[in-house]
Amino acid sequence: MAERIAITGVGQTYHKSKRKDVNAPELVTEAVEAALKDAQLTMKDIDFVVSGSFEMADGQYLPDMWILPEFGGVGKPGLKLQNAGTTGGVAAGAAFNYAASGMFNNVLCVTWQKMDEGQGAFGRGGGGLSEYWQSQIPMSPITNFARRTFAYLHNSGCTEEHFAITRVKQDQCALKNPYAQLKLNTTVEKVMESMALVWPIRYLHMCPSTAGAAAFIVSPENQAKKVTRKPVWVEDWFCAHVGGAFTMAEDPTLSTLRHGCEVVYKRNGITNVLKDIQAFEVYEPCSPAELRWMEEVGVCEDWTAWKLMEQGKVGIDKEIPFNPSGGVTATNPIGATPVIRIIEAALQIRDDAGEHQVPQTVNRALATAYGGQGENVIFLLRKSL
Amino acid sequence: MTDKAVKPVVIEADSISTFQVTVGATGTKFLVEIRDNKRIMGIKCSSCGKVYVPPRSHCPTCCVKMSEWVELSGKGTLTTYTVVRYKEPYQPKEPPIIYGVIQLDGADTGIYGILGEVEPDKVKIGMRFEPVFKDEREGSLLDIDHFRPSS
Repeated sequence: MAERIAITGVGQTYHKSKRKDVNAPELVTEAVEAALKDAQLTMKDIDFVVSGSFEMADGQYLPDMWILPEFGGVGKPGLKLQNAGTTGGVAAGAAFNYAASGMFNNVLCVTWQKMDEGQGAFGRGGGGLSEYWQSQIPMSPITNFARRTFAYLHNSGCTEEHFAITRVKQDQCALKNPYAQLKLNTTVEKVMESMALVWPIRYLHMCPSTAGAAAFIVSPENQAKKVTRKPVWVEDWFCAHVGGAFTMAEDPTLSTLRHGCEVVYKRNGITNVLKDIQAFEVYEPCSPAELRWMEEVGVCEDWTAWKLMEQGKVGIDKEIPFNPSGGVTATNPIGATPVIRIIEAALQIRDDAGEHQVPQTVNRALATAYGGQGENVIFLLRKSL
Repeated sequence: MTDKAVKPVVIEADSISTFQVTVGATGTKFLVEIRDNKRIMGIKCSSCGKVYVPPRSHCPTCCVKMSEWVELSGKGTLTTYTVVRYKEPYQPKEPPIIYGVIQLDGADTGIYGILGEVEPDKVKIGMRFEPVFKDEREGSLLDIDHFRPSS
């Protein structure tokens, strides 16, 4: 029987576009040390290590072999996982499962990406494309979102201005997050004037490339209660890795997010999303995606999110606390990005998010990982079980 | 059912990218000392006392940050080696190449190096070696052109 598990410590780097002052192992160690400090543990207490990055984006082959020794991961049992955007999502899920097995006291999950070293190698396919039927007509992440966003414009009746309004909302949140990378203090006009990369996706809509790392420690119930007074309970997680089948269907804006959320909501008795969940950290790789993701997560009806954004109902202290951290359009060290979502959701539950803390009590938070052509991993975290 | 008369279709799918790797402040000091001063430096753990060459920022067993630099003579003892007799484009020298692991005097770890000025069949584990630096150095481990037998 699985143990109840809780996150006992979280840590992340101050994310930047370039970190020439440190090598990859040193960058990763910053996040590990922060998580250990948060849990008031040392590496001696860690008895399992799950690690992961999107290797192709860094150009680093089997990086765990030479990164783990830097923070004392030598000789400990562990598992390395690699995906594209969902890397941190599957790494976190694996860490949760290892903790739930009851075989380990303190499981460390650490993920990273040092994108100042790669040369955009993953741009060819965007990850997850069929080598036979898709990758010869390659859709990079930008092209992929351009086709979705065009369909969203067509189906919802919104205008390009709504994407810019969304970007400004994301930026206003990021300005309050000390760890966020892009803090532009931008305006709707500036976003709409920024260069069109692949219409309707503009330069300021798209997430940046980031050098950063993120880590957390998760433990079974008995150990978690010994370690911290503020355990963040892991209620559920679900991985939906069949993006191509969903995204290429008749509605090209769909991802597996809707399917994944339906599964975890049903399993956990969530019937009124906005009432039952008080904070959302949903992996949105570009501004327009956030609108569709709001609908897929279930905070509003299909094709209506842009109206809520226009009415100013989305934000840290608004009706819909969606991505209070500023989200992925502000910060995206790919492999670590899903773990940052989990960390931010955990900080909201602990009431430790500081300036970007949601004012109402957060009893339950949703975090997600997005990857490739529409894959998603969904996490539910709780203040108490 | 596969029609055996039809040749299977194979799609060419290559993806070539180049990368840069930041070595960090600790690694930079190590390589700059080699490049500018022909000096091999180790770094010492304040907790367990081990000296690491090449250096790293944290001791992998104690997980403490290291900052005490130790200058080494460069001389050391061969702990193992192998001889590569085939040719690949990525190899830094023409074969036969003798790749050795040398524990430098004063260090607790081994460093990879190319052995030179010695015939492959004359190399023995336990032999003493010293570094020979390139005249033109650019801040890389290959600034040590090779290790040659020494006293």
